[in-house]
Amino acid sequence: MFKDLSRRRFLAGSTAAAGALALGGRTALGADPLKVGFVYVGPVGDFGWTHGHDLGRKAIEKEFGDKVKTTFVENVAEGPDAERVIRQLASSGNKLIFTTSFGFMNQTVKVAKQFPDVMFEHATGFKTAKNLSVYNARFYEGRAVIGTIAGHMTKTGKFGYIASFPIPEVVMGINAFILAARKVRPDAEIKVVWVNSWYDPGKEADATKALIDQGCDVITQHTDSPAPIQTAGSRGVLCFGQASDMTTFAPEQHATAILDVWGPYYVERVKAVLDGTWQTSNVWQGFKEGMVEMAPYNKNLPGEVVEAAESVRKGIIAGTLHPFTGPINDQSGAEKIPAGQTIPDGDLLGMDWYVEGVSA
Amino acid sequence: MTFDAVSLVLLTVISAATPLLFAALGELVVEKSGVLNLGVEGMMIVGAVAAFAVASGTGSGSLGVAAGAVAGAALAFIFGVLTLTLAANQVATGLALTIFGLGLSSLIGAGYVGIPVPPLAKLAVPGISDLPLVGPLLFGHDALVYLSIVAVIAVAWFLKKSRAGMILRAVGESDISAHSIGYDVIAVRYRAVLFGGAMAGLGGAFLSLSYTPLWAEGMTAGRGWIALALVVFASWRPWRLLAGAYLFGGVTIAQLYTQSAGGLGIPAQVMSMLPYLATILVLTIIAAGPWKGRLNAPACLGKPFRPST
Repeated sequence: MFKDLSRRRFLAGSTAAAGALALGGRTALGADPLKVGFVYVGPVGDFGWTHGHDLGRKAIEKEFGDKVKTTFVENVAEGPDAERVIRQLASSGNKLIFTTSFGFMNQTVKVAKQFPDVMFEHATGFKTAKNLSVYNARFYEGRAVIGTIAGHMTKTGKFGYIASFPIPEVVMGINAFILAARKVRPDAEIKVVWVNSWYDPGKEADATKALIDQGCDVITQHTDSPAPIQTAGSRGVLCFGQASDMTTFAPEQHATAILDVWGPYYVERVKAVLDGTWQTSNVWQGFKEGMVEMAPYNKNLPGEVVEAAESVRKGIIAGTLHPFTGPINDQSGAEKIPAGQTIPDGDLLGMDWYVEGVSA
Repeated sequence: MTFDAVSLVLLTVISAATPLLFAALGELVVEKSGVLNLGVEGMMIVGAVAAFAVASGTGSGSLGVAAGAVAGAALAFIFGVLTLTLAANQVATGLALTIFGLGLSSLIGAGYVGIPVPPLAKLAVPGISDLPLVGPLLFGHDALVYLSIVAVIAVAWFLKKSRAGMILRAVGESDISAHSIGYDVIAVRYRAVLFGGAMAGLGGAFLSLSYTPLWAEGMTAGRGWIALALVVFASWRPWRLLAGAYLFGGVTIAQLYTQSAGGLGIPAQVMSMLPYLATILVLTIIAAGPWKGRLNAPACLGKPFRPST
């Protein structure tokens, strides 16, 4: 698409004047690097979600060198402010823009309409357009793995979950975790604390303390800082890293972490733009494609627990195991998904109900 | 809830209130001298990163804490030069200071992301710290928690009883009068501003060394602004400030505990509004109730002073 556009400009130039032709020719040769913009919801130093996306950005730079020029804007609030930032990136010559948080969705859609020759990639959303792709990772697959570990390791049968906002992505993660855990420990339950922020280390730590004080002996989170890991570690409670390997914050208790691996996808999309083959798409990738990975298992985990976790991971890759396979009951205990059926992707992406065992 | 559970909740409240208390106490003294420094958030976070960097470099928590205070004061010094010496607008300079501090701290902290640091040592009195309930509550903290309480007592005494404190209040109430009877208004304000910076830095140091012993960008997460609100909430009185900081910490923590205990059927979003609702409520009561007129803001608050030579 990018190439076509240049060629059209090139042809238009050639019919007009020789000078314009030379100018158009230079653009078509691509002497200027491709400008790629990133909009981040948190700081690149959060050691979590945004950190992961920034590693993806660095992968692009490493792969393409001076053929690309990347820019990022960090700490962009979800909401109207984001629109200004995205538009600014688009009008300053970025031809490919990644907006990396769910809350940037409507703003990205709006700006994409205004800049038809700029390509947009929105993470975790569901609205596409001719120049707007969406991509997401199947984090729930990772949640099923850590849920399995939690089910084996818990003594009290109570898990603590530090959650950000009740959007489908987070609800899905909570459900995947407890479904996997209850396969091992049928009476397990999960307590959810909403901190109403993606990133507030102090509040996340306080929420962790609150959960541990109420008898939770496994802590997991859907917020971006390592504070819960550190707090859980200092209290000797098992925990799981979010988005990055957070072992250093709780060397003995950090069981494993769900890793977001955006680099390969980003490289692929930039390459598509450079080759002129970029097309709008909607991908949702997991363990199989390598967009989600598990960090190394803690040496303190018993061998059979690691084995159980690995068999879940391998089952998901092989397609023999789907974390959302019925029978699944809702919070009230009524059957929602009959035995043998799985929840289709579309329903997962709009998930707004909790399964049995969740108190939120 | 058992005694143990209560003491655990209270422990969390104390650690949530301490950084607020440090920063707000510093700002209280600054405002008493007639200067409004809105840069608390910036000074806190620079204190946090400096404390973390030094503690992780030297392995010494106390050096880290000292570095936090020095860094906060250094940033406050910039504020002083701009607003006191050059008589720039205090509101604009304070806001700029916050933004500058956030940026500077990310720059300094870039190399420290993802590194753990040993938390500050907790006081442990053999036999006493292990007593149920009282033990951990009274004798189980790190030195900064005790320091924050001592600081409240010291500031209250200083403002009310000491000569220097009275001069500071005079400067804040009527800079021209203080100047005309021979006090150096600018010098007094410089000292207050530096003290405020050091206290904000200590609050930051508590965050990055004790509360969550790690460095993460933007980790103050708005606590500097809450500290500013607390000063008004306390109507510029140190003891009310102590109560306010603990009340605020308490409401924040209480909402997390009720959530994890089942939520009482109240949506989480409403629960997280509670501390702010409480602030508005108390402010309204103070401003409109029978205590009207005792709001007690320093008369020269925010006004630049230019000595007419």
